[in-house]
Amino acid sequence: MQNLLRQHGALVALVLLLLFAGLRYQGFLGEYNLESFLRYNAMFGLIALGMTFVIITGGIDLSVGSMAAFASVIAALVSPHGVWLALLVPVLLCAALGFLNGFVISRFKVMPFVVTLGMFLIARGLALIASGKQTVLVNTEGGVGNLGQGDFLGLPIPAWMLLVLFAVGALFLAKAPYGRYALTIGGNEEAARLMGIPVEKVKLLVYTLSGALAGLAGVILASQFSAGQPTEGVGWELTAIASVVVGGTLLTGGRGSVLNTLVGVILLGMIFTVLNFENGLGHININSYWQTVIRGLFLLAVVLLQSPAFRGRLRIRPGT
Amino acid sequence: MLGSNTMKPKNNRPKNRLDWQQVLQQYGGVITLLVLFVFNAIFTPHFLSMQTLNINLTQVATIVIVGVGMTLVIATGGIDLSVGSLMAISGALAPIIFMHPALGGSAAANLMAMVFPVLLAGLFGMFNGMLVTRFQIQPIIATLVLFIAGRGIAQVMSGGNLQTFTNPGFTVLGQGKLLGLPIQVYLMVLVVVLAAYLLKSTVFGRQVLSVGGNARAAELAGIPVSKVKLMVYTLSGLLAGLAGLIVIAVNSSSDANQVGQNMELDAIAAVAVGGTLLEGGKATIIGTLIGALIIQLIRYTLLAQGVPDAVALVVKGLIIVGAVALQKERRG
Repeated sequence: MQNLLRQHGALVALVLLLLFAGLRYQGFLGEYNLESFLRYNAMFGLIALGMTFVIITGGIDLSVGSMAAFASVIAALVSPHGVWLALLVPVLLCAALGFLNGFVISRFKVMPFVVTLGMFLIARGLALIASGKQTVLVNTEGGVGNLGQGDFLGLPIPAWMLLVLFAVGALFLAKAPYGRYALTIGGNEEAARLMGIPVEKVKLLVYTLSGALAGLAGVILASQFSAGQPTEGVGWELTAIASVVVGGTLLTGGRGSVLNTLVGVILLGMIFTVLNFENGLGHININSYWQTVIRGLFLLAVVLLQSPAFRGRLRIRPGT
Repeated sequence: MLGSNTMKPKNNRPKNRLDWQQVLQQYGGVITLLVLFVFNAIFTPHFLSMQTLNINLTQVATIVIVGVGMTLVIATGGIDLSVGSLMAISGALAPIIFMHPALGGSAAANLMAMVFPVLLAGLFGMFNGMLVTRFQIQPIIATLVLFIAGRGIAQVMSGGNLQTFTNPGFTVLGQGKLLGLPIQVYLMVLVVVLAAYLLKSTVFGRQVLSVGGNARAAELAGIPVSKVKLMVYTLSGLLAGLAGLIVIAVNSSSDANQVGQNMELDAIAAVAVGGTLLEGGKATIIGTLIGALIIQLIRYTLLAQGVPDAVALVVKGLIIVGAVALQKERRG
């Protein structure tokens, strides 16, 4: 029982929350609610997926929120030229920015949080420059609206992207050499280097992936709101980091699970949905400010549970 | 990049010739500042006026004050992302105190409004320190908690409303002048001098640096690592609290959504540009002051030359990365 809690704490919490909410609210587990839930949270999920890979190598990517905003602007600007270009151009541009992150981090050995902090500012600046500081309307004739709002085989398209990419990501981490390398680097970079693992290349890859996924999230954002939003995406990097942590991935790198991150994303999203339901039904009266506090407290609870000090205590006390 | 007041990098090169690279790295900050100054003196109209000086000093004071706390935290190998939110909390509490009907806007109310918010921010800083030391949570995550929750707390305290006020007794903090210079400039100088002294000439300062240099070795050497860390996060919180008060005093209003927004970035940037090692173990308070001045002057220059602030963001990002990359190059 203790093992289950420690390894799949987020999953257990999610199941309990689903049971609670499913019994308490009519229609919580209904098709409509689940669909809109997936549609909205797919953006955070994609960013969290990229973040998982970065964190597994022992790094961090603070630039994803700004990149998503930049991508949303570019998607809107390109939208008259059709859905494929509106998808590809922003994703490739953000991948290039991510590549730049990885390049500076691996070539100059600068700490990831500083480099991506710089990119956080740069990408936000680029978003504001490209948009002229205004929301840029999406030209819906090109079909860009479908990316975020459309359905395929009964599931929202963003949900498909989320599920497919998470499946690919999980496979990649478990089976592909570069996935294994990423874990090894996070565990012990020096040892990985001595083993002949191409550390620089792996880092380039994870930051490029993180950028590309942030770009995809930005495209979905533009599509869902029918506008490129240069000032959106504030704090998304923190939501993503929180999801990864909640999923149980160690922030020191070397260990982590893509599927647990998905659980983390869903759990964090569900908490807000539950709060909204409680608010909507008039059971409680929690304004959005309190929700921010609650989100912080939730993160606090998770990091405390993850902390070495607390784990040590769990182990010593018999019968817990 | 800058002369540091501790552990000067060893000079392995022959001393008999002038090494330009080394000069640049040692004094790059001061040189950059001079270049910016001369450029503006020539190309920016009215740059050499008391008013321009006051504008720049007023704007830079809060960054420096927060940056000093950040320097100490970073010197121990940590980071404090919560400073902006703590500024918002302090800024939200002050008007609640001095506008409280029971206190009736008395001088005592103003005094309390200057002391309690700073102490509260210090308590939150101590909480950060507890997470880092007691629970051994990585600083970036430990302070992320208050980065998120702190702004929410400030918004809850103020109901998310803009609190405007007219209170000359309190706003003297941000609008008052002494001998032609804004009050907060004196506060800034005081904070810089005290911290520089603390870091350079006290046992505590040495402990801070040795904790950042190698926490394990410091522990073995009998240095109270946890206490030192707890102290620097508390100091960082206190200084953020002070900066929050200055910001709302300057504006005669407190907006929990805005106060301290992105301050952690500015502070970290000032520290990095100033030449403090972000891994800890080496720190320079004067460097942070110069770093903040550089960032401020660049922003001012760009705006004065009509460059849009969106471009200024990009420039600032490049400066941060460039400064830290230079640090690395220097150390090989």
